[in-house]
Amino acid sequence: MLSSEFLAQFYGALMALAILVYAVLDGYDLGVGILLPLKEKEQADTMIASIGPFWDANETWLVLAVGLALIAFPIAHSVILQALYLPVAIMLLGLILRGVAFDFRAKAKTKYQDAWDVSFKVGSIITAFAQGFMLGLYVMSFEQSMQSYVFAMLSGFGVIAAYALIGSAWLIMKTNGQLQKNAIVWCTKSNLIAALGVISISIVNPLINDFVASKWFNISESLLLLPIPILCLALFVLLHRSLTRYSSVDNIKKSWAPFAIATCIFLLCFLGLLNSFYPYVVPNQLTIYESLADPSALTFMLYGVVMVVPAIIGYTLFSYRVFWGKTQALSYY
Amino acid sequence: MLDTLLLSRIQFATNISFHILFPTISIALAWFLVFFKVRYVQTKQPVWLRAYRFWVKIFALTFALGVVSGITMSFQFGTNWPGFMERIGNIAGPLLGYEVLTAFFMEATFLGVMLFGMKRVSPAVHTFSTVVVAIGTTISAFWILSLNSWMQTPVGYEIIDGVFYPKDWFTIIFNPSFGYRLSHMLLASGITASFLIAGISAYRLLKNDHKHAPKLTLKVALTVAMVLAPLQAFVGDLHGLNTFEHQPQKVAAMEGVWETEKGAPLLVFAVPDEINRTNHFELAIPNLASLILTHELDGEIKGLNEFEGAHPPVKPVFYGFRVMVGLGLLMILVAALTRVTLWKHKHLPAWQLKLLVVMTFSGWVATLAGWYVTEIGRQPYMVQGLVRIDELVTQVPSEHVLYTLIGYLCVYALLLSAYIKTLFYTADKAVEVEEYELNPPMRGENYA
Repeated sequence: MLSSEFLAQFYGALMALAILVYAVLDGYDLGVGILLPLKEKEQADTMIASIGPFWDANETWLVLAVGLALIAFPIAHSVILQALYLPVAIMLLGLILRGVAFDFRAKAKTKYQDAWDVSFKVGSIITAFAQGFMLGLYVMSFEQSMQSYVFAMLSGFGVIAAYALIGSAWLIMKTNGQLQKNAIVWCTKSNLIAALGVISISIVNPLINDFVASKWFNISESLLLLPIPILCLALFVLLHRSLTRYSSVDNIKKSWAPFAIATCIFLLCFLGLLNSFYPYVVPNQLTIYESLADPSALTFMLYGVVMVVPAIIGYTLFSYRVFWGKTQALSYY
Repeated sequence: MLDTLLLSRIQFATNISFHILFPTISIALAWFLVFFKVRYVQTKQPVWLRAYRFWVKIFALTFALGVVSGITMSFQFGTNWPGFMERIGNIAGPLLGYEVLTAFFMEATFLGVMLFGMKRVSPAVHTFSTVVVAIGTTISAFWILSLNSWMQTPVGYEIIDGVFYPKDWFTIIFNPSFGYRLSHMLLASGITASFLIAGISAYRLLKNDHKHAPKLTLKVALTVAMVLAPLQAFVGDLHGLNTFEHQPQKVAAMEGVWETEKGAPLLVFAVPDEINRTNHFELAIPNLASLILTHELDGEIKGLNEFEGAHPPVKPVFYGFRVMVGLGLLMILVAALTRVTLWKHKHLPAWQLKLLVVMTFSGWVATLAGWYVTEIGRQPYMVQGLVRIDELVTQVPSEHVLYTLIGYLCVYALLLSAYIKTLFYTADKAVEVEEYELNPPMRGENYA
């Protein structure tokens, strides 16, 4: 049997990885949903076609993240989910609406198709907002106060902007023509909003949370950590400049660049959050060590993880390779 | 005001009932698709590809509904049943974890290739993806039924301060009721999908769809149903014997036996009265229950009165069991009748087609009834004999649970009606579509 210390770190790292991969992958397909134009049927079709083969697997990372919390840190899982009861339910309703709308819109009678498009868009927005709201409450240590809810609301809008950012970056990569031009405009706008959101969260977070402040403003560590906020800001600026350049040329080379930059921004923000709270899994209450499940059960799971996760990464890459390049009209054949 | 426990139970029952509808179809439908695809590869007859194309759309929709309703449940363990994972998480956790790792990702990823990749990968890779999706759905059933069976027949654990710890994983996974429950569920899926395919194909034929595909799918589905439905009766009987051994109070509720009896009769119908602890309006066949369960005419069946305070509510288990068995018998008859008619006359008369349309969702009803028997039959325990449900519920205020319950009910009602409507609409559209020249899709075709 492996030591509990190692297991806590291993499962903590794996859960963090699952959350990050989820935020990037489902982030772009939620973003595409948030941006869905309700009047431009053809563009909407292409946008949905661009995420068609992937959304299902993307959502599975959420199940893995929640599942890992449930399995490895069961007490933390129940504390967090009871504290977030209503936002979780609202997020789930959003996820249900958008997940099924995707399939119904392709098959339903024409008169219902518009309704399913609305449900896809609204479901995506609700999901993103609820996730941001939960993140906000988490950062506020689930404090029940007016300022905590206001902060959570702002965080909700921040996550909508972040998903719109990575979603539009995805569209720049996967489409061309007018839709790509629109995506550049969307990307520019959401880049600004997301940058503002990240900056405000970075300022508020250490102000309200002593533990977070102690981690970021202690002399020896802050030198090591300084690159995270600086690099993140630099990436926002870089993305803005390349988008400005793209909007003035017709033939865009390296259309994958915005998506790559957006992914790096997600990664840095996530590292920032991780550093703020580690080793706590419930802020100021429970560490990963305190809430760890039985080591023998987790050792049994570990064999599976070690064998299966590389395979998952392998066939995920395979599926992205199969659907590489600009999006084709979606057909079942 | 209703209490949090009751509302949480209704909410979880609603979610799991809604969820199980879709995997019940998709597990077996995935294997039907494998069959259609493989037959196409073997024979090169376009009709197999048409069958595949029609049913893959329905599969995609069914799968999506299963995914979204499944995600809901993974959160509800934490939101509504925090005690569940705190007490038995060390056993339930890894089983659920293995399901996510070995099934969910595989299904979801290869589903993308299976649905939209036909023109982008070689035919062999496409067939392979279809097979992987089918294997994934079955692996998923394997893990979740292992956990469910363990909750019915817990073994291989030790309890320290109320918390369960695993002692032997092999014993836990292959617990005493697992094999029976898994076979019973996989067969239920096969029968449900067969009747769905038969029903929708019959609907198309009734709408004067003269294409070859619906006739062919009707034939395949009825053949499968004719074999699986009687097999299910056999496996169901074995499962019943296993339950009789491990959970006698559940069987007592299924059979409506209050006092321990030798030579207990089989109640075809009765109205159990839980207050006076007796039955009214019994319609009984003497000694048959004892004969079925003990293989002796005067074998002993333990009555509910021996388990007072620790047995399930009788009515839902008793009626659920009769609905399941009644529908099961009806499906055996209908499958045999229609398949033999088809064999003799090469087509079905209109009344038989209509009968199949009426029975399109009979598998759903029977499966739900069966799950109610086994799950309500476990009450008042979450883990049979060891952990009671009321020990595990959430601290969330009951109004919050009420709001979310209403929300789920509305959404599920909407989705269920949309699903059924879309099934028949897809069939209508298939009727309208003219026979078109079918080019087998080639790798690289239309590949800009």
